Parts: sequence; structure tokens; C-alpha cells
Amino acid sequence: MKRSTWLLGLLAVALLVAPQFLKNYGIYLLTYWLVFVIATMGLNLTVGYAGQKSLGHAAFFGIGAYTLAILMKAGVNFWLGLPAAAAICFFVGIILGFPALRVQTIYLAFATLGFNTAVWLVMRNEEWLTGGTFGINNIARPGLPGLSLDGNLAYYYFVLVVTVILALLLGALLRSPWGKAFRALRDNPIRAESLGVDIRSYTLLSFAIGAAYAGVAGALFASLVQFIEPGPFTVASSIMMYLMVVVGGPGHFFGPVLGAAVGVLLPEWLRFAQAWYLFVFGTAVVLLMIWLPDGLLSIPDRIRARKQSRLASQARARAAQAARAQP
Amino acid sequence: MTHARHQTRPLDKPLLKVSGLKKAYGAIQAVGGVSFEVQPGEIFGVIGPNGSGKTTLFNSMLGQITPDAGTIELNGEDVTKLGPLELSRRGVGRTFQTLQVFGKMSVRDNLIVAAQEHQGSMFGRMFAPGDSGLGDKADALIDQFRIRHVAQQKAGELSYGQQKLVDIAMAFMSEPDLVLLDEPCAGVNPSLVGSISRLLKELNHNPATGSRSSFVVIEHNMDFVMDLCHRIMVMVEGKVLAIGTPAEIRANKQVLEAYLGD
Amino acid sequence: MTDFLQLLFSGMATGAIYALAALGFTLLWQASGTINFAQGEFVMLPAFMMLAFTSAGLPLLAAFLAASLVAILLMGWGFKRGVVDPLFKYGMMPIVVATIGLSIAMRNGLRAGYSAEAHPFPSLFPYELIRVAGVTFTLSDVGTFALALALVLVTQAFLSKTVTGRAMQAVAQNSESASVLGVNVPRMIFYTFAINAVLAVSAALLVAPTYLAKFDMGESLGTKAFFAAIIGGFNNSRGALLGGLIVGVSENLAAAYVSPSYKDAVALVIFMIVILFKPQGLLGRKEERKV
Repeated sequence: MKRSTWLLGLLAVALLVAPQFLKNYGIYLLTYWLVFVIATMGLNLTVGYAGQKSLGHAAFFGIGAYTLAILMKAGVNFWLGLPAAAAICFFVGIILGFPALRVQTIYLAFATLGFNTAVWLVMRNEEWLTGGTFGINNIARPGLPGLSLDGNLAYYYFVLVVTVILALLLGALLRSPWGKAFRALRDNPIRAESLGVDIRSYTLLSFAIGAAYAGVAGALFASLVQFIEPGPFTVASSIMMYLMVVVGGPGHFFGPVLGAAVGVLLPEWLRFAQAWYLFVFGTAVVLLMIWLPDGLLSIPDRIRARKQSRLASQARARAAQAARAQP
Repeated sequence: MTHARHQTRPLDKPLLKVSGLKKAYGAIQAVGGVSFEVQPGEIFGVIGPNGSGKTTLFNSMLGQITPDAGTIELNGEDVTKLGPLELSRRGVGRTFQTLQVFGKMSVRDNLIVAAQEHQGSMFGRMFAPGDSGLGDKADALIDQFRIRHVAQQKAGELSYGQQKLVDIAMAFMSEPDLVLLDEPCAGVNPSLVGSISRLLKELNHNPATGSRSSFVVIEHNMDFVMDLCHRIMVMVEGKVLAIGTPAEIRANKQVLEAYLGD
Repeated sequence: MTDFLQLLFSGMATGAIYALAALGFTLLWQASGTINFAQGEFVMLPAFMMLAFTSAGLPLLAAFLAASLVAILLMGWGFKRGVVDPLFKYGMMPIVVATIGLSIAMRNGLRAGYSAEAHPFPSLFPYELIRVAGVTFTLSDVGTFALALALVLVTQAFLSKTVTGRAMQAVAQNSESASVLGVNVPRMIFYTFAINAVLAVSAALLVAPTYLAKFDMGESLGTKAFFAAIIGGFNNSRGALLGGLIVGVSENLAAAYVSPSYKDAVALVIFMIVILFKPQGLLGRKEERKV
């Protein structure tokens, strides 16, 4: 317990201090990563803690981004647009949760995939709304009275604050009875229902809350990159987000931090060798499934379990020896 | 969201009344007209050869499947068409034939989640303290079931017997009036069978609080059933062959022929 | 009317190619519970293999055979032993994730290691037009449809009429019973993987001439193959053919009569309706598969 608090403290300090050592592009990359941490946190709830299947998360990311962009173009303030993006994604997430009540596992995965394709088609084709393939550009960064968040550095700290707030909220939710209910839904929905857990409601909520997080991330993304088009919101992106949760460790709170680093930060940073990076990434995913199917953050658990079984067999050996020593 | 339970009820009314329950799968009449009553505080055994319809009976009673005909009354209320969620809210618990624990949660959390949805409202629980005030109750059950030494481990990492104890304990966290136990001794070694029998007797009648829970128990272990149950129902091919006390069932010639053969 | 028939038929030709990929996909699922997200890349890679063999001097059909052998080795045996066997005990999702990783690796490995360009691919059929009752077809469409249909029917005949094929079906329905009856279950599963590999190479042979060989050609093909397999019926081999034809035809007709930018939407809508209301597919049985 103490060691993870240390690591957490280190991470916090690193995040606060890092911009001092980075150039503009580096700060931009860190912000980009944080945006995906938020989106992946939401997906981790839906998939990692509640055990649902969602291969359509990028659709919510996109809905959030386009909602903010469209509203701001219509003159609406960023500070109204951001919660609007979250709310719209929350409700669309509930709608997507309904198929989850009817179909299971791989069929649910395919249904969410279909949903993502449908959303992307609308983004690409409905030029009157989304600008089609031309997208929406000149999306402004938000402003506060007396403080401009235009610059990369200021925007980074803003996104960092939002990330921390959302992480604290999610952590509180997961520590509460809701967190146990979600895990029960994941581990054994039939038993959960016979114990009085309303699995229908929790299923819908797991999609809705996850979607809302992606919506916030999308809105922040829109102001970060300041030009959006349908490209980042495809099924391929959803699959990458899913992989980020899996690689980090589904159901591990900091999985998204690691997963987003591997899935987004590194490929952007290694853009010059992106194809090779993705080749390595894809191969790593295959190997990870064979050796560490529960993700990178399951390593401490594995070590602990191995130590426990070693201690248990040592105890058994000692007991056997003591029994033999009896006259 | 909460449902009034532990309400005072006239002592002459059965807790559970099943009348003419029928369920067919295609041409096979799995349950062909079963009727029985369970009194408050009674331990009611259900025995019969494999395929006699016992688990189908349970699944029909618990809303997992819809019966073709017949009624189920709980405290006088018709609950035939209710599903597992509503039945749980009305004080019905169950265990399953196969282990059904929440493998990735700790033993203690398994117990807490087993009762947390029975109090307050869903939104009241949203950012509430983690154990919903159920920590003491969970600890008490952990001590009663003698699994204190594994209470913090993930349920999926325990031995079969330990998981079985957690599985059973979970059904009792919300203090249900009626618990249906489907083969609680399946795959369990003999010394543990004795512990389970003792635990069920303790849970059936709590002298400290005076509360009484009724059980309906499906089991194949005859010694266990005869020792534990107040009354026993014998099912053969989806129908009731006999209902009576253990002594009566032991002496029943038809039962001996059809099933017991000792 | 002639336009409609032409569109219908060329849609059927494309659909028959989807059916090949969907058939392999369905067989893998039935035999081993494997959902292969890399199915599109299993088509892409042999396309490049055949290009390599033909540029080394082999005639097209010989290149096809050579590529089939390599495919059976890599994407049949190698895939089964290296990816599916170790993960089988963990259930379906780890295999899904692993095949997703595999598809990313294959796609980008080819892109980085060989070429990011689109390459022309020799066609089996010379460019010729056939006129029947005022309707014009290309020889390529007719030949593709005939060949793909023949392959699907041959595969189905193999599965239902030969001893080995029936053993493979037994394994797909209930591997424990099949094993008790003396069937060599691992070998039958390998044969399924091998058949999938050959079907994928065939799909490559038929699709690459029109759509060119490129590292990302597998993406949309793989998606269409899933759609086709689900629409037709995941636990029924005949479903793959029906699903493929539905997807191919609806695409073509939608592009012409609805709008080119929404041509994928019709297949998508059918897919969503099937998933939500009849997940076992149009021809599928409502069996629960034990994985």
C-alpha cells in the first residue's frame, strides 16, 4: 500500500513539473495523452469494472468533440459546451446500453462496432452538420475571466486539473457500493441479480458514465487540436481504445494511464516510425494475451499470488516435517 | 425500492405455498404438477433421483424460468411471475448447484455486495461509504463460517470448499426469510459437510435475535438431509411421491422402492 | 431494368468473395470458438505473397498454390499453435484481443517492412464483356462469382459428404463427444484452420485484381466478412454464402439507388437488425455454443 502511494506522488510531481522540461510540442503531446486517459478511464469502467463489451467508444469521443465544436461555432460558450457534450454522450450511452441487455459478449461487441460505424457515417456524410470530410476548424480554446487558456502550457494545466477531478470522481464511485455492484455485474451477473443487484440499471449506467467520460475527453480534444474531422472517431480508434484498457489492465484503476501512454503517447511521439511502432505494438498485444491476459498492471497481483502459493507450500512442507518428527 | 419484510404474519399461514407447478421442455414434462407448503422457520428437504425435476422446480420458483402452470405464493402474495430481482427484494435467497461467487472481489466484499442492494436507494448508495454499514454483519458471518483467515483474499483464489462456504454465506447476508439451497454439499469433503449442516442449523434459528429463516434444500447426501430437515419431499419424474418427516420418509415403502434402496 | 440486373450481378460477384472470407470465419468459430479479427489480413498477406511469387516468375495459378501452402503453414498451423491453442482456456475475449493485435501487427508489418503503396494484381480473367438479353456482364464478374460459388459449395460438400468433413462437423458441434467417438479433435481443428487459410487465399486471388493489393485492403474486407457471417448465421456454413451475397448486393444497389457515401449503411442496418433481434443469424440455429 505504501509503495503505490509513493508512485502516485511521483506521478503527480512529474505531471506538474514535466512542462518545464519540454518544448511546445512535448506539452501538446502530454495534453493529448491526458485527453485519452480521460476517455480510457470511462471505457475502463464500462469494460474493466462492469465487464461489458464496447468496441464503439470512439463514437462517444467523436460525439463529444463535434458537440463542442458545433456549439462553439454557433456562439455557445465552452463552459456550457463541455457539460452539454458530457450530457449528450451520457444519454446516447444509455441508449447503447439497451442492446447490452439483450445480447451478450461477442454479439454485443459487434453491436457497438455497428453503432460506431453508423455514427462515423453520419459524421462523414452530413456536411450541413459536421462539415463532412472537411470537418470543423478554428475551434477556440476556452477562456476564464482574466486568464487565457490559449497557450499549450495553460491548456495543459487545465486539462490536467480536469483529469484529476474526473479521476477522483471515478475513484470515489468505484470505492462506493456502486463499485461493488459493477464488479458483481462483471464477475457473475446471474448471482448478482439473485442477490438483488439491479443488473439492468447498472449495465445502462456503466455505458452511460463511460460515454460521458469519453464525451468530456472529446470536447477537450476538440479545443486541443482545434480542427476535427471524422478520422479519429472510427472503429479502428475504438479498437485501439479497447486495447489501451486491455494492455493497461482492465479493472485496474491506473490501467488507462499506462494504456493511453502505450496506445497514444508513444505512437504520436514515434510518428516518424509509426508503422513499425504499430507492428511492435500489435505483436506485443498478442504476446501480452498469452503471458499476461489481465494486462500490465496485473504483474503485482501475479507476483503476490506466486509468493502466496510459495508460502503456502512452504507451510505445508513444514507441517509435514513436524508430523514426521513426532515420535 | 425497499419492500416491507419481516412483517408480522399470522402463524397459521405458510411462508411458501406452491400449487400445481408445471414446466415442460418440449415433450418432456420436467415438473408435472408439484404442490407443497413450507412453514416459517422450517427446513424442507427435496430429494429425488437425477432428472426428477428438482432444479427445474427451483428455477421456476425463483423466476429464472416461467412455469407453464401453477402458482407460487410467498407470505400470501402471488409471486409466480416475478423474476430473481424482485424475489430477492422480497426476502428470497438462493445458492446454485455450481459455485457462484464474485471471483475477483475479496471474500468480505462478496458478502457486502450480497446485502447492500437491500437497503436504501440506488442513488443514495452512489458515493456512500464502501461497506454500506454492513461491515459488522459481514465480519460476524465470516466468523460464524470460520473463514476469517481468508477474508481479504479474492474469492476466486480460495479452495473449492472455502468458496462453497462463501457462496452459502452470501445467501444469508440480507437475512432472507426463505433460502433455497441447491445441493450445498456437492463436491464437498465429509468434514465440511458436517460444518455446513451445523451452520445451516445455526442460521435457521438464531436464539440471540429470535429470527427464523426457512430453507428449501435439494441434496443427494441422505445422512445430511435426514439429519437437517424437518420435513422432506420426494420427487420422481417431475411429480411428488411423498412428503413427510425424515422418519416417515424412511419408512415409506414407495420411496424405498423408487429411490432410497437401503 | 438492365442497370438493376447488372448491379445485382456484380454485387453478387463481390458478395461471393465476401462469402469466402465469411465462410472461413464461421468455420473457425464453429470448430474452435475463435473470432478472428485478423481475417481481413489473412486475405491481404496472401495477396502480397502471390505478387511476390509471380514477380519471381511463377504463373498465377502456381503462385496461388504456393501461397496456399505458405498460408496453411502460417495462418493455419502457426496461427492455431501460436495464438489459439495457448489462449483457448481463457475464453473468447483474449483470443479476440490477440487477433486484433495480430491484425495490427500484420497490417503495419507489411506497410513498414514492404510497401505502403497499392499494387496492381493480375487477373485470372481477361477483360471481356458478355452480353445476355441486353444486359452486359464482365467476364471477371461471371468468373469470380462462379469460382467463389464453386469453392463454397465444394467446401460444404466436403464437410457434409466426406468422412473427414463429417468428423470436422462433429468436432464443431460437440468436441467432447467427438473425442469420445475416436475423432482426432486437434487434427480436425487444424484442418478447419487450414481450410480457412485456403479460402482466404482464394478470396485474395479474386478480390485483389479489382481492389488492388495494399496493406489496408484487409480492413474493410474483414468488416464485411463479419457482417456477412453474422447476417447469414454464425453457426451455419450456408449462412456465410447468404450473408455474403446480401452484403455484396445491398452495397452495390445502395451505392446506385441511395447514395454512394451511404453504401455501407444498408449492410450495416441489416447487420444491426440481425444482431439485435436474431443474433444467431438468418439461417442460424439458436444453439448456445459452449466455449
